[in-house]
Amino acid sequence: MSAAPPNPSSTATAGSSSVWSALEPHLPKVAKPARYIGLEDGAPASERAPHKVGWLLCYPDTYEIGLPNQGLQILREIVNERDDAYAERGYAVWSDLEAIMRRERIPFFSVETHTSAAAFDAIAFNLSAELTYTNVLNCVDLAGVPVRSDERDETHPLVVVGGHCTYNPEPLADFVDVVVLGDGEEVIGEITDVLREWRAEGKTAGSRPNVLRALAGVEGVYVPSLYDVAYDGPFLAEVTPRFPDVPERVEKRTISDLAEWPYPKQQLVPLTEVVHDRLNVEVFRGCTRGCRFCQAGMITRPVRERPAEQVRSMIDSGLKRTGYDEVTLTSLSTADFSGIEQTVQDVMDLDTGSAQPITLGLPSLRVDAFTVGLANKIQNARRTGLTFAPEAGTWRMRQVINKLIREEDLYGAVGSAYSQGWRRMKLYFLTGLPSETDEDTLGIAELAKNCVELGREHHKNPSVTVSVGGFVPKPFTPFQWFGQNTEDELRRKINLLKDATRKMNGVQLKWHDPRASVIEGLLSRGDRRLGRVLELVWRRGGVFQEWGEHFDEKLWLDAMAECGLDPDWYIHRHRTEDEVLPWDHLSAGLHKDFLWMDWQDALAEVGLPDCRWTPCYDCGACTGYSIEHIVASATPPAGGSQGTGQDLGAGHSVPVELTPRIPQGAKP
Amino acid sequence: MTPPRTERIRIRFDKFGRIRFTSHRDVARVWERSLRRSRLPVSYSEGFSPRPRLRFGLALATAHESCGEYLDVDLEPGAVSSGRVDIDELAPLVNPMLPPGMTIQATAHVEPGAPSLQESVDSCTWLVDVPQMTPAQAHDLVERALAAEELPVTRTRKGKSVTDDIRPNVLALRVADPDERPPAAEWQPAGALLRAELGTHPRACRPAELLAAVDPTLEEGRVVRLHQWTMVDGVRREPVPLEASPPVGAGIARPSAAHAIERAS
Repeated sequence: MSAAPPNPSSTATAGSSSVWSALEPHLPKVAKPARYIGLEDGAPASERAPHKVGWLLCYPDTYEIGLPNQGLQILREIVNERDDAYAERGYAVWSDLEAIMRRERIPFFSVETHTSAAAFDAIAFNLSAELTYTNVLNCVDLAGVPVRSDERDETHPLVVVGGHCTYNPEPLADFVDVVVLGDGEEVIGEITDVLREWRAEGKTAGSRPNVLRALAGVEGVYVPSLYDVAYDGPFLAEVTPRFPDVPERVEKRTISDLAEWPYPKQQLVPLTEVVHDRLNVEVFRGCTRGCRFCQAGMITRPVRERPAEQVRSMIDSGLKRTGYDEVTLTSLSTADFSGIEQTVQDVMDLDTGSAQPITLGLPSLRVDAFTVGLANKIQNARRTGLTFAPEAGTWRMRQVINKLIREEDLYGAVGSAYSQGWRRMKLYFLTGLPSETDEDTLGIAELAKNCVELGREHHKNPSVTVSVGGFVPKPFTPFQWFGQNTEDELRRKINLLKDATRKMNGVQLKWHDPRASVIEGLLSRGDRRLGRVLELVWRRGGVFQEWGEHFDEKLWLDAMAECGLDPDWYIHRHRTEDEVLPWDHLSAGLHKDFLWMDWQDALAEVGLPDCRWTPCYDCGACTGYSIEHIVASATPPAGGSQGTGQDLGAGHSVPVELTPRIPQGAKP
Repeated sequence: MTPPRTERIRIRFDKFGRIRFTSHRDVARVWERSLRRSRLPVSYSEGFSPRPRLRFGLALATAHESCGEYLDVDLEPGAVSSGRVDIDELAPLVNPMLPPGMTIQATAHVEPGAPSLQESVDSCTWLVDVPQMTPAQAHDLVERALAAEELPVTRTRKGKSVTDDIRPNVLALRVADPDERPPAAEWQPAGALLRAELGTHPRACRPAELLAAVDPTLEEGRVVRLHQWTMVDGVRREPVPLEASPPVGAGIARPSAAHAIERAS
């Protein structure tokens, strides 16, 4: 093993836990130094006191990517509202500053007070993407904290992870102390209670194992070190708790009512440009559309809507407080929010005290004319482009993945968008899906061509951008048993599309690097044996693997070979029904036999309706936790057959209002 | 028919402390949000993507501090003349909306037709801390720079190497006393301080270029823009002096009559 990076365990600022004075002289030399200064509006310094539990909430990627993360912002406020705890934030530092920090022995820090990360009781990471895992190791190491859990003692902070990727945290099992499954709003308080006791008792020598045992008793908390893993050849035999009081299976946490959690109340307003730089209001959590490739939709069930009135007041107060002129209503399928039309209208009618109208963002929209009708209500929307995600090129393929958009839905949406002034369409697709044939792949090009044709009826040079991503199977989805396409196969399919679209006027093709999809797949369904691989890749400088300029597939494949592990076995192998999966001792509420049945339905090209408006098919998410969908409307949303398996007539009539648009300042 | 005229105000503000690490673009966004929060009747451009009509002066490099930054804001027609906006009340209204380290110091009404900030500023006065430089070395540097016939500086522009003589833009240069640091500067000099007035035409000369031209081993430490200067009727003055808030433009210093009448009524 090569030498470890210099470990900044002795900090440059002995006596004080703030590294600011050591850091400041170097900031003029690094790119975008505003990422490291804090000072965001909405982030007053948290008050510390010796009895308080300190949380450092981190995003393991750059500030620009991590700051808007709503999960971390919600948890930050919840912790800071407590009398016995405080929370600050940290983000991975870019390579230029990291080199300076290692040279000058400046440790990883919080952006609010530039406190050394090691001074907190817990360093918690949001895990939203597998390729950020090596950054977690890097942040911990840069904090001067041993990266391996078994090398840490009570003088070190606990390393905690939460977020969507934690539904299979096994590749990180050697490095993290505590994994939190599901919604964090309630459980972070329960963990804080345990940590406060630990602090009160003085964190005595040898007390760390006891704290981990206590945390394992908190619902939704998984402590990997308290489980033994047995293998049967390359296969997993079983994962068993080492103590009787440690749960055999860890269930996720679910908050039952979003209305009780109107967070963030003070969304952070950064001083420098970040992604999603606008007000974000979560309108519902969970999704029952049942798209079989979509892990987010599966693990966040049931659907819990925020009351429309609360949405309105969060928008109103948020815009006034932040000065943003743009708000996005976030969810996994925003057009499905009950009363979405009224909400959109209310936002348009808001009095902001300015001549400038509010820009409203509606992400993750369905593919139908209703959507365009909604978008059309937003008079000032920059009518440059609209994005739809049909995900697959043929009806057969869309039945397999349960994204039941008919061609007429797509053409209806695209046609009305063109007729209303939009000129550019962006269509998202996946390739490498289960049972995908070349005909299915080429169907993507066919759909794009037909969309451009529709555009020609309204514009001279309409354009359609086709964005293709390689499908990565994820835990707790019906596709968790599917052997992912190889890099060569993904590349072949992309080449098919390149050839097919080359001569199509107005169609542009973009694709995601298939090499990155393959490594994402490795980590997505990997087991604990990948811990050594992660560590090797990290020690050899493999950080920021989400970034094209840093991603290095060879680092991963070499490390796999060195550890005697077979990438094919992990990534491209179909799993059988009886195989023990690395995440079988965790639960997202979904019955494994429901997922298997849904997988069989997929292969039989059978769709499954959205259970918000059809009888329960017992996936387990509601029944297991005695909770229910919270949906204000008992009828399906107007328009769109997507995911409901019903034809258009089953919903409301489609209220597409195609009104002429009036530019600002023009006379009516 | 011509649309009613918007009314322009000019804001002079400070930038000190941690906030100095924000870029010129960052500062522009901060102003857009802060002015919206203050609910001032800012005028917006027309069309499908209206933008607030704000105009900024010479960009301040990231990590430099300043006690002389400027911003022109176009307000809706009649905003000032009708008394809806009292420019003397602007600072107390907007300052609480600004991030720590940015503060409005003075405001003025700008007469229609007055030149833009970009074109009217001719030179800037800088205070430059040069770490590890002794006072003797500083005096030597000043002497050499002022005695030089030319001070060539080579930079890359669009991949090509370009050499400029910056000597004509070194308008004044001397060793400065630590007391000349503005009160808002919360730092101690790490070396000798230089005070330089550098011209902005045809291209603004930067303090680092001056150091590089005289001694390439020197690096700037803390840098503060103390003043921006503009020539009005042959007189050098600041776009908005700190003392008062007279109207800007055409060289005529007179109180805004309409403004005064509205306030009296």
